[in-house]
Amino acid sequence: MTVGVVVFPGSNSDHDAYHVLKHVCGQEARFVWHKDTDLSGLDAVVLPGGFAYGDYLRTGAIARFSPVMRAVGEFAEKGGPVLGICNGFQVLQEAGLLPGAMLRNRGLKFLSQPVHIRVERSDTPATAGLHEGTVLTMPIAHGEGNFYLPDEELDRLEGEGRVVFRYTTKEGHLEDAANVNGSSRAIAGVCNPARNVVGLMPHPERASEAEIGSADGRQIFEALVRVLQAV
Amino acid sequence: MIKARVYVTLKKSVFDPQGKTIHDALQSLGYRGVADVRQGKFFEVAFEGLGGEEARAAAEEIARRVLSNPVIEGYRVEVEA
Repeated sequence: MTVGVVVFPGSNSDHDAYHVLKHVCGQEARFVWHKDTDLSGLDAVVLPGGFAYGDYLRTGAIARFSPVMRAVGEFAEKGGPVLGICNGFQVLQEAGLLPGAMLRNRGLKFLSQPVHIRVERSDTPATAGLHEGTVLTMPIAHGEGNFYLPDEELDRLEGEGRVVFRYTTKEGHLEDAANVNGSSRAIAGVCNPARNVVGLMPHPERASEAEIGSADGRQIFEALVRVLQAV
Repeated sequence: MIKARVYVTLKKSVFDPQGKTIHDALQSLGYRGVADVRQGKFFEVAFEGLGGEEARAAAEEIARRVLSNPVIEGYRVEVEA
């Protein structure tokens, strides 16, 4: 299987994602430039973290007009797994492929720190094979990660089982202090109605080897590999 | 040259942490009677070679499609000749 890692001008976790897919998980990976429109031969697409186009207007706002995003939309429409990490998540929101928008963190500060996220659903390509309730530790690094949707839409999202990750304590408990950016209902990751597009704010690719503090993030990439190998 | 002014603001239902911080600052500076502060964005878009109606339509589309995010923001467009 081959996973494409999209590179926008300003992406900064593209090489990390590539490294984990290729050297940690042993899969084929290739970079996809944001001007490319051909995703043929790819089994999954990762939109990595960073600051696409500088995020000067709004996070992800310009990136979503990139030529590659039309192709990503078509890829997703056909059921192809798409994983958006941090800025990649924001781009998918701007593109309308994932719900919600990111407000400034509630404390207004850019947050770069480890967090604990609880797996809420195991029926997505990012969580297949993981037990619901599993707590994973990995870093966040964002200024705008405060997930927002109006209440009635949050109810619908939860009713459809589309909250994939929540910020919790290390023990997996919901606590206001653990929801560091102030996200609505402590939401750290969501999926689309078809469940093949997943976005999360924390960085699994920066926590995929024990040498760098945590290997928990690897489980998300391994889930993706499992799903693709099962096809 | 036709100029459009685009105001992008967070919807009323959306908490604005920047506005809240500015509000707190104003209070600590001693400004009394400030009930609320909301921060937004202001854009001046200059058009060349378009008629008034075309410029207005273009400004509306730019505001809706690019400058604002409908999940959290609203916008207002003013066009001056």
